[in-house]
Order: sequence, then structure tokens, then C-alpha cells
Amino acid sequence: MTFLEALYFIVPSAIFYAAPLILVAIGGVFSARSGVVNIGLEGLMVIGAFTGILFNLFFADTFGSATPWLALVAAMVAALLLSLLHAVASISFRADQVVSGVAINLLAIALSLYLVKKIFGKGQTDFITERFARYNVPVLSDIPFIGDLFFKSIYNTSFFAIAVAIVAWFIIYKTPFGLRLRAVGEHPMAADTMGINVTKMRYIAVMISGALAGIGGAIYAQTISNDFGHATINGQGFMALAAMIFGKWHPLGAMGAALFFGLAQSLSIAGSSIPYIQEIPNVFLLILPYVLTILALAGFIGKANAPKANGKPYIKGER
Amino acid sequence: MSNRVTNILVPLVSVILGLLVGAIIMLVSGYNPLIGYTALWNGIFGDLYTIGETLRQITPYLLAGLAVAFAFRSGLFNIGVEGQLIVGWFAAAYVGVAVELPKIIHLPLAILAAAVAGALWGFVPGLLKAKFRVHEVIVTIMMNYIALHVTNALIKTVSDGGDRTERIFTSASLRSEFFQNLTEFSRLHYGILLALIMVGVMWLILEKTTLGYELKAVGFNQNASEYAGMNVNKNIILAMVISGAFAGLAGSMEALGTFEYVSSKGGFTGIGFDGIAVALLGMNTPLGVIFGATLFGSLKYGALNMPNEAGIPLEIVEIVIAVIIFFVASGYIIRLLLLRAANKKKEAK
Repeated sequence: MTFLEALYFIVPSAIFYAAPLILVAIGGVFSARSGVVNIGLEGLMVIGAFTGILFNLFFADTFGSATPWLALVAAMVAALLLSLLHAVASISFRADQVVSGVAINLLAIALSLYLVKKIFGKGQTDFITERFARYNVPVLSDIPFIGDLFFKSIYNTSFFAIAVAIVAWFIIYKTPFGLRLRAVGEHPMAADTMGINVTKMRYIAVMISGALAGIGGAIYAQTISNDFGHATINGQGFMALAAMIFGKWHPLGAMGAALFFGLAQSLSIAGSSIPYIQEIPNVFLLILPYVLTILALAGFIGKANAPKANGKPYIKGER
Repeated sequence: MSNRVTNILVPLVSVILGLLVGAIIMLVSGYNPLIGYTALWNGIFGDLYTIGETLRQITPYLLAGLAVAFAFRSGLFNIGVEGQLIVGWFAAAYVGVAVELPKIIHLPLAILAAAVAGALWGFVPGLLKAKFRVHEVIVTIMMNYIALHVTNALIKTVSDGGDRTERIFTSASLRSEFFQNLTEFSRLHYGILLALIMVGVMWLILEKTTLGYELKAVGFNQNASEYAGMNVNKNIILAMVISGAFAGLAGSMEALGTFEYVSSKGGFTGIGFDGIAVALLGMNTPLGVIFGATLFGSLKYGALNMPNEAGIPLEIVEIVIAVIIFFVASGYIIRLLLLRAANKKKEAK
């Protein structure tokens, strides 16, 4: 494989792997910006993947090629409901947010596997028939080089993910809602004094994170795995969490980090057939996202500052 | 109601609620919860063999629970027990297959290797927390994945491209003929004694040494500890190292006792994450960890019997465990409800 061929293969596949990561990481940004740590992203992705696959299998005959998109809606609703559990625990019940997140992760995988076994009588679902289709973007794909890199045999979901990231940036930085969201995450007491309903803002933020994580999980399941089993979502939620931190709790930063991690993932899978890359032992590519995140946190790659009130329950009247 | 009583009531209520939710889920999905829980019970206490295997399952849970609890007492959340356990597992198995030594040297050496590996994996987040104020939760999560991929790569190297090592030499094994004869040849091994000794060690460190006092002080209030002249940074690192060592030991239980080899893993063992549940349920005390580990170890092993005897997916037990964690974490609301119930009683009088 020549270098250019390799590039034409690697870049689209990096974007392809990054799409779910982007959505889930953006979800994480919303939650963290409001001051709620969401370790449960992994579990919310699991529920999204499971619901997406289930909806797709049951309704493929009814809805035809629209099925995968409708499955995203179903996955969004399911994950949003599960995220409410995290919201209730960590906002209203003042639970340790990390512990509640761990519980969400355990619950999600257990519940979906339980249902898979109940419905299908085996450890994984059947393969879906209606998938997201790859296509060439008209006109743009004819541009030399760039067309081959970004616009040939691409998934609509990738554009969707990037669009969501941009919309999220606009919401968080350019709207009153976003300002309130950030205020609640930095200094909830000050925000409360100014008449912002801290509890409500946090509930909304956690629900957004659940919705996006659910969509991300369903996209992953319907583009990459095409069925659901115990290992379908295997750390992608945590990688999205890493992308959020590496992107410094900024939607566009998170998107960039997710794209980069997608590149690492696609290299670790396809790298063995690419010159230069095949010299690197696979394990380095596999651990790269995690190592980079630790380095970023330690301040070796710019300073990453979490929202100040991240992880702390807000108790009215407490100093 | 005294604080002590509520402290014990919260976990109890959580366990009961967890089992109740499990029963409701079974009922709604068309299974008979009575049959389900009977199968669970038989899976835990059915005969001597199952009791032996249940105790075997409790062993790593004890150590994983200690690891989480120890860090918690120092104000740290070690979510990386899973990764520390995996590197401990590998280190012990590696020492077990790499050399053959007299048992009196080999076994302690293999156990020590596991503890050191786990401690090293705990040292990194400890150091980053102490020096750069990086939150340990995120670092330990990342370290989990690094542990998973690195050990998989090492196993591949050690086994010449295979996906598991050879069986360890018997000189490094924790296998116990005495326990085996007692329990109809279950895989119960001497590790449980080590785990129980470690429970004592944790109690000793926390309650009887200056180090333990300082660690707890740092856990309560870092600024006050600093002001009292304690080295907060040193204590943070030490707490993570000791916690990691406990987790590494949990890995050695699997390497030298249960499996006697290490194989590459597609995902996590789950023992480390369940350790969080064990510690929480045990209120982070050594004695509490024994109860927590017994409960979760039993549930986990007993669940294996549910598909056979009752035709119910074993994940139902995982659901129960998750719900228990959820309720223990939401202890505030249970406390509030308990308090209200107690007040009502008083008014009625």
C-alpha cells in the first residue's frame, strides 16, 4: 500500500470511528459543564446500542431504510431515561456522582444482556439488516485529494456528529442557556443567587448527556458492530470521557480529541498493512488515547481545568 | 436513632431493596422470583463443593474491597482497582512460570510481585494527584485500559504469540489439598487465609499506626492535616500505593489460586469494579469489607446456578448488585426516610 492509498483509507476510517465518540464526548461536556461528573457515559452508550439494535431488528420491515435513523431516536429516549436515574441520585439524593455512574454502567450492561438473553435466548442479538449506508457526497467528492479524503464512501452519521459538535459549541458559548449552564458548573451558589435554578439546569444537562450518549451508542452499534452482545460497547464510553478531558471540556476540543482518538483506533485496527505504521507495536496505538489524556491532565499538553464545581452536589444554603 | 444504627441500616435496607427490585424484574419478565432466588441460594450453599467455590470467589473480592476502602479512608477514590488487579494477576503468573524455586521462596516471591505491580499501578495516579492535583478518578480509569492492553501485549510476548501463559509451577501455587478434601475438590485455596490476614493488616495500619492516623486525617481534611504538620503529598501517594498493593494481591489470588495462569482478556474482570460495591457496603471498614465481600462474592458465584436450575439469565444478579450500589450511594435519602420514620414513631408515642 502506498502512503497516499494508506491515507485515503485511514482518514475516512478515523472519521468513521470518531463519530460515536464525538457525540458521547459532547454529551459528557454538557454534563460536566453543569457540574455533574458522568462516569455513566459507557453505560448510557450500552443502553443506546442495545435499544438501537433492538428497534432496528423489530421495525426494519416497517420502516425500511429509515429504520437506522428512527433507531437513533429510540436509543436517545432509552438512554435519556436511564440518565434520569443518574440525575436523581447525584442531584437530588446527593449521591457520590462517581459511584452513581459506576452503578449506571453495571446496570446498563446487566439489564441489556438480561433482556437479550430473554428475547433471543442467546448471548447476542441477530445481525441487523437495515444499516446506515455509505455514500459519496455529490460534487465535493470530485475535488482531488480532499474529496478522496473526506467525502468518499462516508456515513451521514459522521456529518451529523460534527454538526452536533458545532451546535453544542453555539449553545454552550453563545446562548443564555449556555451561560447559565457554565455558571452552574463553576459556581452554583452565585448562579443560584442570580435566580438560576441550579437543580433544573443540572437535570437538563444530564438528560442531554444521556440523549447524546444513547445516540452515540446506537450509531456505534449500527455502523461498526451491527449486532449487540456483551462486548459491543467495550470502553468507548470511557474513551469519550477521555476525549472530553483531552478536549478541555470544550465541545470543539472534544470533537478534535475524538477525531484524533478515532485515528488511533483505526490505526490500531488497520495499521498492520500500512508502511511505517506497521513497525509500531499495536499496543502503543491502543493505549495512546489513555496515555495522552493522563499527560494532558498532568499539564504536559496545556493545562486542563475542569469546571470548578464538577462532582460536587449543590446543597442550598451551604457555604 | 443513633448514627451507628443508621450506618448499619443503610446498607441493609439497600440490600433488601436491591433484592426486591431483582424480584420485580424477574416477575415482570415472566420468571418466578422464588424459583430464581432458590436457585441462587442453592448456587451458594448447595453442597460442600459450591460452598468451597463460593469461598474461593469471595477471596479476591475481600482484597479488591480492601483496596477501594483503604483509598476511600484517605479521601481518594481508587476506581483503578481493576487495572491494578490485572497487572498483579500478570506479575504473579509471570513469576509463577518464569522460574522454578523452592516453594518457601517461590510462592512469597510471586505474591510479592503481584503486590509490587499493583502498587506501581497505584503509584502513578497517587503521584499525579500529589504533584499536579490531577483527579485520581480519571487517571485510574485511564490506567485500567492501559493495564488491560499492556498485559495482553505482554502475555502475547511471553507465550510466543499465544493468548495464555503456561500453568504456573506448583511451587508457586496456592492450591490446598486440605481445603480441596474438605470441599469435594473445589478450587478453594490458601489465598483466603492471606486475604483475611490482610483485613487484619488494614485494620492494624488504620487504627494502630501513625501512618494510618495521618492517612485518615488527610482523608477528613487536607488543609487541617497540612497545618498540623503532616506531609499531605506523601500520604496521598502512600495511600494509593498501599491500595494498589491490595488490588495486586487480589490479582495474585486468581493467578496463583483459582486459575494458575493468565490469559489475555477482551474486557475487564469486573472484580475491581465490584470492589467499589464491597467497600461501600462495608462502610470502608475492614470488618465491613468482610461482609460486603461475602455478600457480593456469594451473589456472583451463586448466579452461575440460575440459568441451569431456573432458566433465568445470570445477569439478574448483576442488576441486583448495581441497584444495591445505587441505593448505598443514595444513602442520604435512605437516612432521611429512616429519620422521618423514627420521628413519626416518637410523635405517635
